[in-house]
Amino acid sequence: MKGYVIVDGIKTAINDAKNLLEVIRSAGIELPTFCYHSELSTFGACRMCIVEDDRGRIMTSCSTIPYDGMVVYTNTPRLRKYRRNILELLLANHDRDCTTCIKSSRCKLQELALTMGVRDVRFENITEKKPVDRSSPSIVRDPNKCIMCGECVRMCEEVQGVGAICIANRGASIEVVAAYGKPLAESNCVNCGQCRSVCPTGALTIKNDNKDVWDAINDPKKRVIVQIAPAVRVAIGEEFGEAPGTEVMGRLVAALRKMGVDEVYDTTIGADLTVTEETAEFIARVREGKNIPLFTSCCPGWMQFVKTKYPELLPNVSTCRSPMEMFGVVIKEYFKDADKEEDRQTVNVAIMPCTAKKAEAALPEFTTDAGRDVDFVLTTQELCMMIKESGIQFAELSEEAADMPFGLGSGAGVIFGVTGGVTESVIRQVSNAHSKETLRDIAFTPVRGMNGIRELSLEFEGQTLRVAIVNGLKNADMLIKKLKSGEVSYDFIEVMACTGGCIGGAGQPLPQTSEVREARAKGLYGADSVAQIKRSEENPTIETLYNGLLKGKEHILHVPGRH
Amino acid sequence: MKITSTKNLRNLKSQYSEALDSLEMRVLVCGGTGCVAGGSVKIYEKIRDLAKEAGVKVCVSLDVHECGGIGIHESACHGFCENGPIVIIKPQDWLYTKVTIDDCEDIVNETIIGKRPVERLFYTNVNGTFDKYHNIPFYEKQKRISLGNCGEADVNSLAEYIARDGYIALANALDNLSGDEICKIVTDAELRGRGGGGYPAGRKWTQVKRQPNFPKYVVCNGDEGDPGAFMDRSLLEGDPHRIIEGMIIAGIAVDAEFGYVYVRAEYPLAVERLKRAIEEAREAGILGDDILGSGKKFDLQVNQGAGAFVCGEGSALTASIEGERGMPRVKPPRTVEAGLFGKPTVLNNVETFANVPNIILNGADAFKSIGTEKSPGTKAFAVTGNVETTGLIEVPMGITMREIVFDICGGIKNGKKFKAVQIGGPSGGCLPEQYLDMPLDFDSLASVGAMIGSGGLVVLDEDTCMVEIARFFMNFTQNESCGKCIPCREGTKRMLEILERIVAGEGREGDIDLLLELGETISVTALCGLGKSAANPVLSTLKYFREEYEAHIRDKRCPAGVCKALAPITIDPEKCKGCSKCAKNCPVNAISGKIKEPFVIDENVCIKCGACVSSCPFGAIIGG
Repeated sequence: MKGYVIVDGIKTAINDAKNLLEVIRSAGIELPTFCYHSELSTFGACRMCIVEDDRGRIMTSCSTIPYDGMVVYTNTPRLRKYRRNILELLLANHDRDCTTCIKSSRCKLQELALTMGVRDVRFENITEKKPVDRSSPSIVRDPNKCIMCGECVRMCEEVQGVGAICIANRGASIEVVAAYGKPLAESNCVNCGQCRSVCPTGALTIKNDNKDVWDAINDPKKRVIVQIAPAVRVAIGEEFGEAPGTEVMGRLVAALRKMGVDEVYDTTIGADLTVTEETAEFIARVREGKNIPLFTSCCPGWMQFVKTKYPELLPNVSTCRSPMEMFGVVIKEYFKDADKEEDRQTVNVAIMPCTAKKAEAALPEFTTDAGRDVDFVLTTQELCMMIKESGIQFAELSEEAADMPFGLGSGAGVIFGVTGGVTESVIRQVSNAHSKETLRDIAFTPVRGMNGIRELSLEFEGQTLRVAIVNGLKNADMLIKKLKSGEVSYDFIEVMACTGGCIGGAGQPLPQTSEVREARAKGLYGADSVAQIKRSEENPTIETLYNGLLKGKEHILHVPGRH
Repeated sequence: MKITSTKNLRNLKSQYSEALDSLEMRVLVCGGTGCVAGGSVKIYEKIRDLAKEAGVKVCVSLDVHECGGIGIHESACHGFCENGPIVIIKPQDWLYTKVTIDDCEDIVNETIIGKRPVERLFYTNVNGTFDKYHNIPFYEKQKRISLGNCGEADVNSLAEYIARDGYIALANALDNLSGDEICKIVTDAELRGRGGGGYPAGRKWTQVKRQPNFPKYVVCNGDEGDPGAFMDRSLLEGDPHRIIEGMIIAGIAVDAEFGYVYVRAEYPLAVERLKRAIEEAREAGILGDDILGSGKKFDLQVNQGAGAFVCGEGSALTASIEGERGMPRVKPPRTVEAGLFGKPTVLNNVETFANVPNIILNGADAFKSIGTEKSPGTKAFAVTGNVETTGLIEVPMGITMREIVFDICGGIKNGKKFKAVQIGGPSGGCLPEQYLDMPLDFDSLASVGAMIGSGGLVVLDEDTCMVEIARFFMNFTQNESCGKCIPCREGTKRMLEILERIVAGEGREGDIDLLLELGETISVTALCGLGKSAANPVLSTLKYFREEYEAHIRDKRCPAGVCKALAPITIDPEKCKGCSKCAKNCPVNAISGKIKEPFVIDENVCIKCGACVSSCPFGAIIGG
């Protein structure tokens, strides 16, 4: 639609905006919303974005199609009254323990109540407190803080295609529940955590493991090893005033040392191992023509999805452990003897952009008699809290390098954090030409970009191999359906559960918009640009590992039983 | 048997009409839900069996050659439910009320064999005894058109439906009318949606007809959920073929080839009869791939609702059919553009479809000759509450409330005074005496804060507490709110809380203002039609009966004497010894009396503090 809407007297171009709300926001007026998310369907439940037209009619702008000549007002006395009433009604049965709520100062309800001037609630809170669901290894659900905006349900269904949670009951008894009202852990939840990324209140939060990690740090008997995933370094700065995409790995290492961890490593090494193993696996499968297409296995959200929804596809999934788990088992192996000699215990802590990694670390295939290969997973957000709790002034830190021997990763390993990164790294490995031009050519293929499903082809030993790159599980679901119907066929498929890949993981700072994700991706590609080593196999640490620690033990990098 | 052409249908119609005329006598036992609950199925079977035993020639079905004899059939609901089980004898038009199994022998011997009435079964009221049912005041002012077959015909017979012009409108449409012409007739007839909104059906059909997307759907809303309303149920139970015919005509009009009837699961008899009728119509070639040999397609499916009131809202209903949670969605897109499965959809109420065959058969002008200018036709109402005769009626639009309450339904029960009529269910409002002479039509009602709704009409007498009525409906609305939008979910909850407080005698100063403020917020900002009208029962009672609210809140008194917590404190004269302790403890001097004689409390002065109750050594003071 072309034309103009008069918003509070200001002529504002419609510019094909999909609804009146977007037009109003383009006029610089931030209408309040709880249930509107530009990447989800319009729900129209919170009624906060109401506007009044020149005939006194009141409508929600999120669900109104703008037309040329439309005249609307966004801030009339009636609108202010209704918005305040709605907020007051929400607050009336909200668990208002704001001071101790983890979402305090980041809560949309708190923010709007403050800005809209709700200073008094005329109704008593007579709602019976419901139990908090702590069953999931990744997500805590507190129904007492839910305002029924439905964002989580739509995220789970529309973007992730999982549908682990839904709306149940009627009237004031309405609630978001997992199937049959069972605990989340007993549902088909894949732990991707995207529900919490869109939750405006403290109803959905990340399961916090900070205490366990502090305890390990403070225990002299524990050798605390921290590995940092690629996507963390371009996002964590947002919590400390940096622009999205700013690479702060050096300061992150410094902060962790200050906090008292023993060694700080880079998960990029794990990614380099993954590239090496997965490329070999892919080439072998292509040559044998067996279990093609090969699906990647790095993403725990995707792994859980395929296990629960398409178990018949498991033979097509790479047997490689994820980079975190590959690295975890290598570190445990590396310190095995030292631990014995010094009577200490190595504790692996992984800093991840991801909530599903918490669930992955707890899987039996990554647990031995000696315990988990990765003991604790902290999300980017949890680490932020620990840094703040330590009083460390992040902005003032001097950069430090990660510890050797596992502090040096390749550019290929770094870009694992963005959708297409795994594929690009594998292509770098597969391709015989190693020139700068080749690398640049690869980068200009659809391997980079943010579209949900991207395709490219690759020449290998006289064959043309078809590659698909998917992000967002709903897209993966659609692709699998097409694959099964024979509509498409591929040799290699990279799947990342979260939109944009790990940079858009649910453990990352909020808010996550497409702009933020693009900036973070740019940050990772920038880190790749400045890396001296571009290809995983050129990483000397990898060579050392294969010739030493891993010699004859390469199988520990794979998941037994998955083939 | 397959009806292969419209000509074939017309021939069958004459054949069945003749068969119908050849019947010497008909005994129609009401098979509506009310009478079935009263044991009418057993009565029907007993009359039939006794007649057969007595050697009477009983006609089973019209499509059997050499019919004649006595037709003993189950009919649909007569609406006179309060006097059921009902038996009608034709052609004499005798109406037997409150028939029991013990009356069957007399009906067979006297009426069927002897052709004499069983007079003791005639309807009697203060004005006398009525033999012919058309003379009964309950029926006199009614105009039964969409309910025309209900009570008059064998409810289980497609043949009888055809004999009574059934599917002839469809045949006419197939033979002579284009889709656009059908839409035009319905538009010209100004048929307005009978489900509550009163949106012109013809306009809706024309909009769907214009949509370029296919397939299109026709959906019938039979999710009648208003407390006390049972118009749709009676139509679906009593004349399912009429609904089917209306829907097929809609399908032809808008180029839809499939339809859904959404019926509440709480209506098992309606579901059963509708399903059977669909099966019959399919076998007869009226539904299916080649409707009456015309080459046109239309078929139907019955969907049962799971009991959510909100599924009566259009977008929630279509979501429910799709297998989604029944929850209204934002509009646009409108149902006519993207309704069921995202396709253009004609969504009308049962009664709306029931009116279609008559409009096509007799023309728009005939339809408009009844009712008012802006609301033509008739409307079915389910009248309940404190009237002499409750039941289902069909009246011309524009009839006054007074005519319904006093003429048709015989006035207020037990000589009490009329107080108000609650009309339109939980979305409607309460209208006081001053509106008794207002014509009942869509626009007049809307102008005074009520709505015709689907046609539930609850008559309230002087003993009704209007605050309690408001609380009742608000409780219903809160339980049935889908919970999606905040104003409806949280607002109705808080309004209910305040109303509960008021009827419990704990009303506070400011409660009325708070109710008004919440009511306004909900009415303006709620998402769907049900939410927007959720506050109506409170707002209308506040408008017309504000003093009752004030009495509850300020004087702690329920003027109607309904609210238990507000019942006056009284002294039991049997137990009172006249010690005067209560009077001494009363802070407002409301108690007086002579020593050693029973004391009394002046209700108008008493503030119900309860001081007297605790001070009485004999437990003689009750209440508070």
